[in-house]
Amino acid sequence: MMLSRLLRSFLTIHCRRSYTVLTGQQHKSTDSNQYNGQLYPTHIPTNPVQKALLAVGSGVAALQNPYRHDMVAVLGETTGHQALIKLRDRMRNDPEGYTILIERPRIRLSTLDLTQMSALPDGSLGREYLRFLEENRVTPDSRADVKFVDNEELAYVMQRYREVHDLLHTLLGMPTNMLGEVAVKWFEAAQTGLPMCILGATLGPIRLSVSSLQLLLQSLGPWALRSGGRARCVLNIFYERRWEQNLDELRQELNIDPPPLSIFQNRKSTS
Amino acid sequence: MAASIRTLLRVLCESTHNIQHVSRSRIKHSCCNAGITVCRGYSGGSEGKTTHFGFETVPEEEKAERVYKVFETVAKKYDVMNDAMSLGTHRLWKDALLHIMNPQPGLRLLDTAGGTGDISFRFLEYTRLMYDRQQRQRVRSIQTPSWQELSKHYKTDEEGPRQSRAVVCDINKEMLKVGKQRAEKAGISTGISWVVGDAEELPFDDNQFDLYTIAFGIRNVTHIEQALQEAFRSLKPGGRFLCLEFSKVSNPLLARLYDAYSFQMIPVMGKVIAGDWKSYQYLVESIRKFPDQETFKDMIEDAGFLCVQYFNLTGGIVAIHSGFKL
Repeated sequence: MMLSRLLRSFLTIHCRRSYTVLTGQQHKSTDSNQYNGQLYPTHIPTNPVQKALLAVGSGVAALQNPYRHDMVAVLGETTGHQALIKLRDRMRNDPEGYTILIERPRIRLSTLDLTQMSALPDGSLGREYLRFLEENRVTPDSRADVKFVDNEELAYVMQRYREVHDLLHTLLGMPTNMLGEVAVKWFEAAQTGLPMCILGATLGPIRLSVSSLQLLLQSLGPWALRSGGRARCVLNIFYERRWEQNLDELRQELNIDPPPLSIFQNRKSTS
Repeated sequence: MAASIRTLLRVLCESTHNIQHVSRSRIKHSCCNAGITVCRGYSGGSEGKTTHFGFETVPEEEKAERVYKVFETVAKKYDVMNDAMSLGTHRLWKDALLHIMNPQPGLRLLDTAGGTGDISFRFLEYTRLMYDRQQRQRVRSIQTPSWQELSKHYKTDEEGPRQSRAVVCDINKEMLKVGKQRAEKAGISTGISWVVGDAEELPFDDNQFDLYTIAFGIRNVTHIEQALQEAFRSLKPGGRFLCLEFSKVSNPLLARLYDAYSFQMIPVMGKVIAGDWKSYQYLVESIRKFPDQETFKDMIEDAGFLCVQYFNLTGGIVAIHSGFKL
């Protein structure tokens, strides 16, 4: 038992214990009275060595098999500390972002009122978002939980970033094929500066066909980078209270240019 | 004092065995050993009783279910993970088990918690090689044979006196599925069968098997004593019990390195390769919860086995316990 306690303290040595005192003890989903530095329900405390190994391992695994979304998620969590801090500060400095940090909304199927949203007029955020989910057969519940971020607030920022990803597709009008995903990654890389996004943005084009690559480099890519740099932080939008808002109006508010027209012709040929 | 208690318990155990063949319900016999602090009385139910799941404490009923889920999740990547975690050493450990077993051709093996079939495949291979070697020796012993005599020898012994048979028994269907696929890929079609069963309550009659093995499985069983009793029951008189399991490392330096490696590296590998941190955290924790070599030896003796001995491998990281039903 002593040995296990020593090991546990060794593992938590880089967790900010004071933070747990401020935010209150987080309860594990199973009842065990062992304290191991867990700051939120899905948290797995790791030391820098483990984080480094996870980063390298998940990077290799994600490159080998891009469909391993859990590896992409782990890569993001283990490498994104600095970028998450910057994002969190941007959120704090924005009134709507600050509200999000306090209220901690989550985008899940259980929290969305689907019948109400499908009754919204076409062109509204809610209706287009639902349409996007249906057409591409995705669900917001498939986002992996954050595990390796050793700060409760930053873990929420990461989780919010993940859940906003689908909404970003809707905002940018990008489908979920390879080209659309790379375009969204470029936008995210320009906006958030997360190393995982930058890595995905640089390595994603490798798997594109020649015509898609051309399209990306000529029109789509520059547009995504421009919009990403110029736009208001997408994490600062309280989407759950803006379902009725018109999508174009929201785009204007966020300073996102409409996508170059050529993507729609390409979508039919590549998707 | 301890010895007399043990003989008294053994007498009680034997009488229990004679009476309780019919009902296979959870009869716990009191089994107080030096190292183990769990003592169970003759109670029928297990309400409120807890056990360990790694370093967590869980109700007894929950443990089997959670272990099932662990192996269901990792089944597809089980063999890859074994190679990665032990850097291939698990193959040497399993080979050592076979060498200690030294099975003769024609025996029946019950490979409990056999999962993906590693031990059974090795068993069939070993007995096949042994059979071929015995064949060759038989032929060589005939002096100046004519080719007709030679061919007669080969022909008559082709069927073999009895074929070696391995039964892979596992509680987890996913693991058995992976094992079956491996058998198909290796082209092994005869001599092996796959049975779903609980080590605490084996679906076999008494006195069926010549050999019983349980490799890296017994620490996941909720009631180890029960599994040992079932092993005793299903073995023929003269049968051998063999257990390959992680055990206590005596050398303190090696223990520190081993612990650091287990708790730092293995869950990371589990996450990257198999996509599951928690399962591999459970696996390394369960190793710490398993009794040490001497305690486990006592438990095996209490189940009725004789001539119990153990062999440490890799400095005690792994131990092979062996006992006979006589």
